[in-house]
Amino acid sequence: MTTANAIVPESGAPASGGNALLEAVGLKKYFPVTKGLLISKTTGHIKAVDGVSFELRPGETLGIVGESGCGKSTTAKMMLMLEDPTEGFIRFEGSEIRATDAATRREYRRSVQAVFQDPWSSLNPRMRVKDLIAEPMVINWEISRSEIQERVLKLLNDVGLSAYHANLYPHEFSGGQRQRLAIARALSLNPKVIVLDEPVSALDVSIRAQIMNLLKDLQAEYNVSYMLIAHHLATVRYMCTWVAVMYLGRIVELSPVKDLFANPSHPYTKALMSAALPSHPDTVQEEMILTGEVPSPLNPPPGCHFHTRCPFAMDHCGVDEPQVKEVGPGHTVSCHLF
Amino acid sequence: MAADVGGVLTPSKTTGFRLSGIYYFFRRWPVIPVFLLALVLFAGVTAPLIAPHDPNLQSLTERKQPPFWYSAKTETQIQTVVQRVLPGSAPQISLSDAQKINPAAQIGDTIEVEQVLRPGGSTKFLLGSDQLGRDILSRIIYGARISLLAAAVTLVVGGCVGVLLGLVAGWYGGLVDEAVMRFVDILLAIPLVLIALVMVATLGASLTIIVAVLTIFIWPRFARQLRGEVLQLKNMDFVSLARVAGASTPRILFVHIFPGTINTLIVVATLQVGIVILLEATLSFLGAGVPPPTATWGGMVSDGRNYLAGGFTTGSWWISTFPGIAIVLTVMSLNLFGDWLRDKLDPRLRQIE
Repeated sequence: MTTANAIVPESGAPASGGNALLEAVGLKKYFPVTKGLLISKTTGHIKAVDGVSFELRPGETLGIVGESGCGKSTTAKMMLMLEDPTEGFIRFEGSEIRATDAATRREYRRSVQAVFQDPWSSLNPRMRVKDLIAEPMVINWEISRSEIQERVLKLLNDVGLSAYHANLYPHEFSGGQRQRLAIARALSLNPKVIVLDEPVSALDVSIRAQIMNLLKDLQAEYNVSYMLIAHHLATVRYMCTWVAVMYLGRIVELSPVKDLFANPSHPYTKALMSAALPSHPDTVQEEMILTGEVPSPLNPPPGCHFHTRCPFAMDHCGVDEPQVKEVGPGHTVSCHLF
Repeated sequence: MAADVGGVLTPSKTTGFRLSGIYYFFRRWPVIPVFLLALVLFAGVTAPLIAPHDPNLQSLTERKQPPFWYSAKTETQIQTVVQRVLPGSAPQISLSDAQKINPAAQIGDTIEVEQVLRPGGSTKFLLGSDQLGRDILSRIIYGARISLLAAAVTLVVGGCVGVLLGLVAGWYGGLVDEAVMRFVDILLAIPLVLIALVMVATLGASLTIIVAVLTIFIWPRFARQLRGEVLQLKNMDFVSLARVAGASTPRILFVHIFPGTINTLIVVATLQVGIVILLEATLSFLGAGVPPPTATWGGMVSDGRNYLAGGFTTGSWWISTFPGIAIVLTVMSLNLFGDWLRDKLDPRLRQIE
């Protein structure tokens, strides 16, 4: 384990700083793997997230893309304080949340809310809609019942549902409606950041656009920043201001969205783009097909994690870890090619 | 997908037969078990009002009276009227007795005498009386109180302890889980009846001791079931989202997780009531239960077991049999009702009807 790089971000921190709302610095999450029946000993670590840094500014959307198992969801869980990072820290409005007092941590809890992928398991089936949406307010705010009720109705209206839905149970809704409910609940505390963990991937294609438009409208209305976890490039392109591409626990490329799609720099990003279907069947695009499998996060390859599958790999790619290099305004890449 | 097996998707034409409607009604709704359970509950609650006699009132002249439908069994014998009946001689009758039947009887006559082989039942003791002349029906009605009381206290106390420990074990996992579940394993491995006998022998028999013993052995069943449910529920997204919303651990446990386990809990409780009633009866039968003269079903079965000899002709089978039937019907009803509830409440076991 290299601990020297823990504080100095080793992959893709945007060069500009200052007005960041939420900032992750060198986040790592290692899950121990134990063996043995009676005396269990740690035989290794799954390096789910291996040094990730990024920042999120007010009103912007940061997308995190990558294939399954690359650590996107673990990163989201760390941002939501559902998992403790092994190393690294999260800064919110300038104060480091794990080192600060309980009141600030509570403030962070209130300010960072979430919408999860599966609308069927993210709503408690035994609570009425009004109680589901009101719960964060009941816990965090000392306001009267009538005020809560009023706000629940406003939130339902804002996400495109009606007042009569308040008395129903979640199973009486469709997947898209349930995701609207989840969004209403996430918005109830007027959060500054909402972590969207694959918010549309469980939905029917016909509903996806509706939910994405709803999210964009609400972003403008509530002035909230989104951290969007996705594996679908079109979703990211439509929703995001910034995109971070993750591979095996590390951010390989971080860039403003236009720049990334116009000028993908990292070989992995290029491969990802070429794997996505074009919007028109006649569009001819550069084909880049990767061979092999993603290496196990239990024992990631030395040097650049991608060198085992990279068509441009050089000898020292398997030895030295690539440094973060800026290839455009705000566009950073971790690759020896640059 | 499988083919339309047994007309699940389309109504089968052969079930148009009228009787099958009644059959399906009884199959679908536990009418008989619910009726029987309501009866037991009613009997237990209103025992002093509906019992025809004091359950402990002894009447030694009316011992072992048969149930009301028994007619007296008699035999006509031809007897010789003699001055004094000599033991071991041919059928004889004394002059004074003979003159009660036929005032004209003289010594040396032969008369027909009705001999009572077994007395008849009367409406005074509808289900007969026991070896001390107490009314069996009244004792069964009062015995329902003991069974219900033992079951209710055991389930409330054992259920609460089991639910709490199950929630805690499932939620915290690790060492807490390990400690609680291994303790549960130990309790479930101990032979309950043996321990109960030892405890009664050392502490003395009383309802409190019985209920305490039953509670100690019932809570692990709740804890184990609850823990499993919690393990399943705690990984649901809505639990993570509750934490993101700032909910405290007690709030998550009681607002988000506990309500999801209620279905299971109802089913476990219903099935455990039967077990508790059966155990209480077993302990009473073995003499380790509620001490006499309190009427308990198990104790009544035990009381009558010495008078079974002779069977239906000369034995006093009713002393043991009626409380035995009460136990069987109650426990069977509870099990059938519990099975029905499980089918209704647990979607995984819900059948296509």
